[in-house]
Amino acid sequence: MNAFDSAITPFERASQLRYLTCGSVDDGKSTLIGRLLYDSKLIMDDHLLALEADSEKHGTTGDEIDFALLVDGLEAEREQGITIDVAYRFFSTPRRSFIVADTPGHRQYSRNMASGASNCDLAIILIDARKGVLTQTLRHSLICHLLGIRSVVLAVNKMDLVDFDPARFDEIVADYRAKTARNAFEQFIAIPMSARFGDNVSTRSELSPWYTGPTLIEYLETVEPPLAAGSQGFRLPVQWINRPNLDFRGYSGTIVSGEVAVGDQIAVPRSGTTSMVTGLIGPTGPLQRAGAGEAITLTLADDIDISRGDVLALAKDRPEVSNQFAAHVFWMVKDPLLVGRPYLIKLGTATQTATITAISHRIDVNSGEQAPAKNLQVNEIGFCNIHLAHSIVFEPYADNRALGSFIIIDRFSNQTVGAGMVEYGLRRGTNIHAQPADVTRQQLAMMKGQQPCVIWLTGLSGAGKSTIANLLQRKLMLLGAHSFLLDGDNVRMGLNKDLSFSEADRVENIRRVGEVAKLMVDAGLIVICSFISPFRQDRAMVRELMPEGEFIEVYVQTPLEIAEQRDVKGLYAKARAGQIKNFTGIDSPYDEPEAAEIVVDTAALSADEAADAILLAIKSRLQPAG
Amino acid sequence: MVTPPASAPPAASTATVQRPDILDYASRIEAGFPLGNVVLPKHLQQLQAEAIHIMREVASEFNNPVLLYSIGKDSSVMLHLAMMAFWPSKPPFKLMHIATGWDFHDMIVHRDELCAALGLTLLIESNSDATEQGLTPFNTDSREWARLMLIDMLKAGMDMHGFDAALGGGRRDEEKSRAKERIFSVRGPGQVWDPRSQRPELWSLFNGRLAKGESMRVFPLSNWTELDIWEYIRLCAIPVVPLYFAKPRPVVDRDGMLMVVDDDRMVYRDDEIAVDRLVRFRTLGDWPLSGCMESPANTLEAVIEEMMTSRVSERQGRMVDKDESASMEKKKREGYF
Repeated sequence: MNAFDSAITPFERASQLRYLTCGSVDDGKSTLIGRLLYDSKLIMDDHLLALEADSEKHGTTGDEIDFALLVDGLEAEREQGITIDVAYRFFSTPRRSFIVADTPGHRQYSRNMASGASNCDLAIILIDARKGVLTQTLRHSLICHLLGIRSVVLAVNKMDLVDFDPARFDEIVADYRAKTARNAFEQFIAIPMSARFGDNVSTRSELSPWYTGPTLIEYLETVEPPLAAGSQGFRLPVQWINRPNLDFRGYSGTIVSGEVAVGDQIAVPRSGTTSMVTGLIGPTGPLQRAGAGEAITLTLADDIDISRGDVLALAKDRPEVSNQFAAHVFWMVKDPLLVGRPYLIKLGTATQTATITAISHRIDVNSGEQAPAKNLQVNEIGFCNIHLAHSIVFEPYADNRALGSFIIIDRFSNQTVGAGMVEYGLRRGTNIHAQPADVTRQQLAMMKGQQPCVIWLTGLSGAGKSTIANLLQRKLMLLGAHSFLLDGDNVRMGLNKDLSFSEADRVENIRRVGEVAKLMVDAGLIVICSFISPFRQDRAMVRELMPEGEFIEVYVQTPLEIAEQRDVKGLYAKARAGQIKNFTGIDSPYDEPEAAEIVVDTAALSADEAADAILLAIKSRLQPAG
Repeated sequence: MVTPPASAPPAASTATVQRPDILDYASRIEAGFPLGNVVLPKHLQQLQAEAIHIMREVASEFNNPVLLYSIGKDSSVMLHLAMMAFWPSKPPFKLMHIATGWDFHDMIVHRDELCAALGLTLLIESNSDATEQGLTPFNTDSREWARLMLIDMLKAGMDMHGFDAALGGGRRDEEKSRAKERIFSVRGPGQVWDPRSQRPELWSLFNGRLAKGESMRVFPLSNWTELDIWEYIRLCAIPVVPLYFAKPRPVVDRDGMLMVVDDDRMVYRDDEIAVDRLVRFRTLGDWPLSGCMESPANTLEAVIEEMMTSRVSERQGRMVDKDESASMEKKKREGYF
């Protein structure tokens, strides 16, 4: 085997560079990668034949080979001549091997560009020499910068179309540097080129004698992107508990930073417990020590409480544990990020409910400056405060990528809706501890002889919620029950008079109502809430505030046509005339409840019958718990 | 549609192990797989750690995951990584092989001996309806064959066992549409792939959450190349099917594809006769549909050297992929791996 080793040395020993190509639509990203593959003779003959056939069918380069078709692998991409999703390509030269992420230029596919950029060390940002620096060029630069890429090649492409004019090249480079001054890259080079004809890609062009720097390939083969300073402390996010039998208990995960050795004293920062490392198992046998990047299983001297989501650290160098931090968030879906709405956050191996409590600002893509924001729209980047349901270990992204990066997941669609980078922990919350009350909620409920709860009426405007709620409260009073009614009218005039009807303020409106209702339930009351509350997430948020079984969702169901016919307050007419914006059912959606405890159909029942139906369903709560 | 057949009894665990390389491999696994003097190059260490990380995420985030085992070289690496990711535990998921009944005899022997030696139970599913109807690779269009025997059967197998995630050995360097696929790839109802609405996937943070009717395909070898696979197999001495190595085999040259006649179900065309030629395979599948190549390479070292100077791609020998260049994407949309 040793004799053979020499034959493959170049491939084995060469270091690997992961980079991406980005920039605006039609700046030639895919063409450049195709050119690199072609020039390095890495296109297989059968692929080349297919490419020639494809070029005739879909190509945009006349009789010549259209290199973009090599990487635009999806049918829709070849048909439309654009890149939709990131493609990963592998190639090597004798000096180095490369993994290239070819990312899409369209604004609407920025999420795919970010996916590609998140694992890269260097970015090639392309510019069409005719068009110069575009908004999308700057957006991609900003995303690269936030994701921690420190090395950039500015590829001024299509120089053949501006006659390799050095003045034009200098003008573009100066413009780019000025516009990205706020978020400048540590390592920077600009290269004039033509990807289509290969000038300055792998061979020096005779058409640009004024350019004396390296060709693209020379540069990529030798560049050493600067490494992040980073923390060196041992951190192991626990992925999986390894328990084959009663005699073995191991903790599996990938070490994200630092080193650990058998005999080290380690700690579980979340609980504060400590123990000693008794064994390390790697994929190629037992180890005495292991370092960053290794996927290991670790055994300890003591049986201590460790579960997925915990982070193991050395006892003498423990990270902070907290439930609040400030972070940059890149928002990736059409539905905006709303302050106050609960999402899921996955950070390391921990997945938790989290709320964005404030957006300090968003970053203007063109100027790099801070701008005020109430929410984040698709493709916007904001600086947010985030509050987690439970404390976890995290670190600033600049120190530790693995414990400083997170994704935001929508709890209902399960989509990945945002990506974030922790800037710093917020300590604000640490001094507020829950105050245990001397008089318990059980005692208060007992005094009133009932089992308090929230009866939450949701439905379209005009469905009859208020009428039913009022009737219900009157019936409860006649039965001697203690209740209170919260509705839009009494809340919007006082507590929530600062809120508008924008989507963000509607979320906040429901959040405040939920908190007030919770206090009233704690006081022993049956609280009737009557709100359109159109968003499923917000109703779920209130449900989760309450103890199990104390949130009773009542769907007051009416077809839109009937509600619109009734139009008691004339609101539908105004909404149809465009005088009211964001009106539920007209230009703002209503998410029907999927598992309401009670459904009353007001097209079939009178308001009185509906109130009776609700009363019947909650009758058992009018007696003390027993 | 395929009516899911009754689950075949796990056949593997009782086979008698005769191949010495498999016996040796199993005893090394048992011992925790120390490599002795061999040191993996850094990039293989990274790829190995990445794949193990992905497998552990799957084990943690899904209720009922499965590893799809197809006996080839990529599956050999997948199974090896699964053995080591959870060692000393056995992999905490099921293994499933979608068998067409036309795998090479050597593949079935390899499968059964390997599973027996490692003490693993393998689910074997095949489309017995199609077989009973008399369909063979000789009388069925190659795309239709792939759909019936592989795509539909895979979907039926997933549904029948209620698997919510399937680990597969796909690599991004294999083909253009694979190069576009995420590591965690959501399949909608009917297990179809919608390449236009893939979830963003940043860092190593995989979103394993599914809505009703959705399932996940997961590709731990996404960032490996064909060369990486062979280098890893060589350095770790992982057993592979002997068909990857050159040997005189009975070959028929049909429309430019060199077909090895593996059993007496062969349907000859006029004037065709099988001639012994020194050949080996770069990829494996159903024997009437897998092209081999003339080659003297009969060791891993020689195979690797030959591949490094090859001018054709790995999937070139596969009938199933040939029809047109978007064919893989089409199959993936329908639910193929």
